[in-house]
Amino acid sequence: MSEMLSGGDMLIRALQDEGVEYVFGYPGGAALHIYDAIFRQQKIEHILVRHEQAATHMADGYARATGKTGVVLVTSGPGATNAITGIATAYMDSIPMVVLSGQVATAQIGTDAFQETDMIGVSRPVVKHSFLVKNAADIPLTIKKAFHIASTGRPGPVVVDIPKDTTDPAAAFPYEYPEQIRLRSYNPAVQGNGRQIRLALATLLAADRPIVYAGGGVVLGEGADALTRIARLLNLPVTNTLMGLGSFPGNDPQFVGMLGMHGTYEANMAMHHCDVILAVGARFDDRVTNAPDKFCPQAKVIHIDVDPTSISKIIPAHVPIVGRVANVLDSMEQLLAEEQERAPDKLDRNRIAAWWKTIDGWRAEHGLNHDLKPVAGQPILPQMVIQALYKATKGEAFVASDVGQHQMFAAQYYKFPKPRRWINSGGLGMGFGLPAAMGVVFGHPGATVACVTGEGSFMMNMQELSTCLQYGLPVKIINLNNQALGMVKQWQDMQYGGRHSSSTYSDSLPDFKTLVEAFGHVGIRVDQAEDLEPAMRRVFSDELRNRLVFLDVWVDRHEHVYPMAIKGGAMNEMFLGKTLKTENG
Amino acid sequence: MRRILAVLLENEAGALSRVVGLFAQRNYNIESLTVAPTEDETLSRLTLTTSGDDSKIEQITKHLHRLIEVVKVLDLTGTDHVERELMLVKIRAEGTARDEIKRTSDIFRGQIIDITANSFTVQLTGPSDKLDAFVRAIGKNLILELARTGVSGISRGDKVLSL
Repeated sequence: MSEMLSGGDMLIRALQDEGVEYVFGYPGGAALHIYDAIFRQQKIEHILVRHEQAATHMADGYARATGKTGVVLVTSGPGATNAITGIATAYMDSIPMVVLSGQVATAQIGTDAFQETDMIGVSRPVVKHSFLVKNAADIPLTIKKAFHIASTGRPGPVVVDIPKDTTDPAAAFPYEYPEQIRLRSYNPAVQGNGRQIRLALATLLAADRPIVYAGGGVVLGEGADALTRIARLLNLPVTNTLMGLGSFPGNDPQFVGMLGMHGTYEANMAMHHCDVILAVGARFDDRVTNAPDKFCPQAKVIHIDVDPTSISKIIPAHVPIVGRVANVLDSMEQLLAEEQERAPDKLDRNRIAAWWKTIDGWRAEHGLNHDLKPVAGQPILPQMVIQALYKATKGEAFVASDVGQHQMFAAQYYKFPKPRRWINSGGLGMGFGLPAAMGVVFGHPGATVACVTGEGSFMMNMQELSTCLQYGLPVKIINLNNQALGMVKQWQDMQYGGRHSSSTYSDSLPDFKTLVEAFGHVGIRVDQAEDLEPAMRRVFSDELRNRLVFLDVWVDRHEHVYPMAIKGGAMNEMFLGKTLKTENG
Repeated sequence: MRRILAVLLENEAGALSRVVGLFAQRNYNIESLTVAPTEDETLSRLTLTTSGDDSKIEQITKHLHRLIEVVKVLDLTGTDHVERELMLVKIRAEGTARDEIKRTSDIFRGQIIDITANSFTVQLTGPSDKLDAFVRAIGKNLILELARTGVSGISRGDKVLSL
């Protein structure tokens, strides 16, 4: 005999059976039966946020840092619409997430009832899939499907919209959670095509100037270890996308840095001049390719991705391979082992020595300076702050970030040794960093979690400081305060004659130290270069280990992010400084 | 180039809106769309005409496959197939013109399915260009109302699109 449970209890039991630890959410009328079911159990902890957008980003940060599916619970109407930005973020960056939204009772749907929004309709373009629960009895199977779809193939957010009557405690149904699920219309590729993998390897081994271009799919597809082994075996230069940072150790000499709009000189030059690109879990985003018709003119493209729509979408692939990154790379490693037996000279690390010499030349010429020294009396450069952070955390922190200049500085200067350490909104926007960092703390209690942000981004979700106090979340917020919307201002400086239209705040910024103190946390302000490193050490000291600390660093207001791709150009066309451009640019 | 895609999808509420939403979202064009359940009531079959070069159609096909409720997609244009469309057209038919309209309708193998003193309603099936030709032959001035179903198609021979 199956146990008899109400819809609300079945929902929570299904989450338990799915192994869910945390639900990030905010209650409201249509979700109250569900909230009552949460109250009457112990296994799942509900984290009360201050705004639903933060709940989605928190679940997202938790998912990125752990690889598990993040879970969100919101009410109908405003709760649901507030969650949209976070759902869209998870969709753009392919993050596994299940969003449960309360809905008005079935009989009221379509009547413009209080707090009624067509959540299925509103969310449709930004979800991997969605379900509207029609009958309470369907709840266990629907939840099983939602988690299956969210976490397999190319991951993404799944919305389950739950009308209030289906969670009514007055009606009980036999509960059984399905062990397995098969959907006839959903069978994501796992193994790659063997012949294609062979062809890819032959192409790679024949290359004179190969490069590995690894994206977020390597992190999500658990392929980082295999990728690192293959790249090291063959002595391949590796570049990462913004989303892929950490999929190859950032402190490895074979790592040439991030590529793209603010990629390193050597990464972009190596891409432009290479003859074979091994693209893994990357999607040739416009922030990478610049002008697609000028992209890497001599390159043959091998493209491994779990999502066939990513292949040949922007740049045609010569050797397309559809499959889960880890599985495809494992097959590739097996073939490499056979090759090593048969023809070890093909795998000679010195075969591409000339190519490395060229790359090292580019690196020496215009590579990033990872050893900037703060000088007393001089302005603090934002890059120095990231270096100080890297030093103080020994490169071992989880670093969440928002969007803007601070994000690019963090991506360029923090050398991530492992995947899932860089928690960053690649496809969407500001306001992500703090809540995402909070999600990381839930996923990895006791770990060092920093949030590199700017005033603009931080103020978009700073209400969550209150949530941090409630749950004791010791996030270290590193605020690169340039008193402006830095990236907007940079574009205005470079492309709009320095007209700063709505990118500064006219001295209206709050005193952040006082602000975070009002929320019960620790605030530190630094505006002198000589104070930077000691202050950073204090942030990460044992004394403040269990406290949220906000380090407000007043940085040089005029610093820009370089290199910067020249609009409409090829990958080798970059601004390298305010007056310096690449020769062909 | 005009393409006809046949799509089998789960016969569930909201499935069609995802297909239509995909086309709007990705800036693809839908010229016609017809949809109804198949002999297996859990499946709907949708026939859609769009246009684009090979790479665009490849992307459209892949994106359709990515929708969870889409079971199968076939580009009929690339295979030997038959296509038909049905049109109902109400034509002003008065005096001597009535005979001429009747004759024209016969030539196109149309059926007059309703008459009044002043009008005929003609039902016509065939490939879209035949329907276009009939509309031209009658002339826009005489057409009072027109309803077309959009193209439906199926491949020739023993090949079938099924689970």
